[in-house]
Amino acid sequence: MEWTDAQAAREARLGDQQAFRFLVERHSRLVFRLAYRMTGNEQDAEDLVQESFLRAYKQLHTFDERAAFGTWLHRICVNCSLDLLRARKRRQNDEPSWLDQLATPEPSPERLTQSNELAQLLEPALEKLSENERAAFVLRHYEGSSIEEIARVLGIQTSAAKHSVFRAVQKLRRSLAPAWGATR
Amino acid sequence: MNHLSEEEMVEAYYGSEFAHLAECAECRVLFEQQREALDGLKAYPVPERGPGYGGEVWTKLLPQLPKQRQRRAWWFMVPAFAATLVLAFLIGRSSTKIQPAAGIPEQARERVLLLSLSEHLERSQIVLAQVANTGDLAEERDRARELIGANRLLRQTAERLGDRQDAAVLEDLEHVLLDVANAPDSPTNADTARVQQSIAQNELLFKVRIASTDARDRGLKL
Repeated sequence: MEWTDAQAAREARLGDQQAFRFLVERHSRLVFRLAYRMTGNEQDAEDLVQESFLRAYKQLHTFDERAAFGTWLHRICVNCSLDLLRARKRRQNDEPSWLDQLATPEPSPERLTQSNELAQLLEPALEKLSENERAAFVLRHYEGSSIEEIARVLGIQTSAAKHSVFRAVQKLRRSLAPAWGATR
Repeated sequence: MNHLSEEEMVEAYYGSEFAHLAECAECRVLFEQQREALDGLKAYPVPERGPGYGGEVWTKLLPQLPKQRQRRAWWFMVPAFAATLVLAFLIGRSSTKIQPAAGIPEQARERVLLLSLSEHLERSQIVLAQVANTGDLAEERDRARELIGANRLLRQTAERLGDRQDAAVLEDLEHVLLDVANAPDSPTNADTARVQQSIAQNELLFKVRIASTDARDRGLKL
């Protein structure tokens, strides 16, 4: 059956799992792209796709049908990503994990073959951004979100959202120089 | 003439209009350099997912959704004491740091430990998801009892080695597993709500999933 997103969300809220399946199948690839850009890690992105849809299912009653389902879902995905990035940062700031002592993570051959020059340059630069800066930049640059939408997703003022985007670009410029080109 | 600030340059790239750009050749050159660089970043590659990806996501998601009872994978039925034995074997040979066990290459030992931890967390995740979504404590009671022993060993190891993060996740998990394992035959709504609240309050499902993925990734890389 072919639904619109709004129809499917309404049916899913009434308990129709096939309607939710329709939404999952329609939006999974886009959510994965967003999650990957937020984390730079394929397995994390896979986990975030699962977590985002799970949270969406549980929060369907809060979905306002006048809004776009995709936008609402992306907001959930960004929040899940921020939770993960913050948890990771806390972990990195803490003492070395006993698991870290056991294993030295290296990029997998699969990861290496998938990487190209840009990813190898860009990913370390993105990792230097704060969670909010990364989220703001990904939303603005890759998702085309407005400053107002970014502010809503991150729960900050529009001026702070605008500044986060600027700070992100500024930090990327520094990290990627001289590849970035001449600066004033 | 006031040139555009760096912040205004960024705003201009994302669509704000500045009349100055039309008037100032110097700013236009800088703007074009910035545009080229930022456009270049749009090529940031994302691993492709095929048209069947949504179906794969659904297959993994379905067992976690409310009101949907799925048959568990065969490995779920393997008694948890198997993992416990592996851990006991490894931990029994450790002091403050895990030492290589005689006859087992260190890398293989680490791999077994990490994969055992990941498997334990995956099993726990299924119990948590069922309790969170269906609220059927009695149904999950036996599974929770099977998981407690291995969980306790893992938590104690993490504590002894000073890993507060993992110890904290395992401790939260242990509290919930104990609540489920000790649930009465006919739990009240309050019993169920209390356990569900413990899971939700600490975002335990999410934390357990991340810890499991980390352990599995590291194990598979060895």
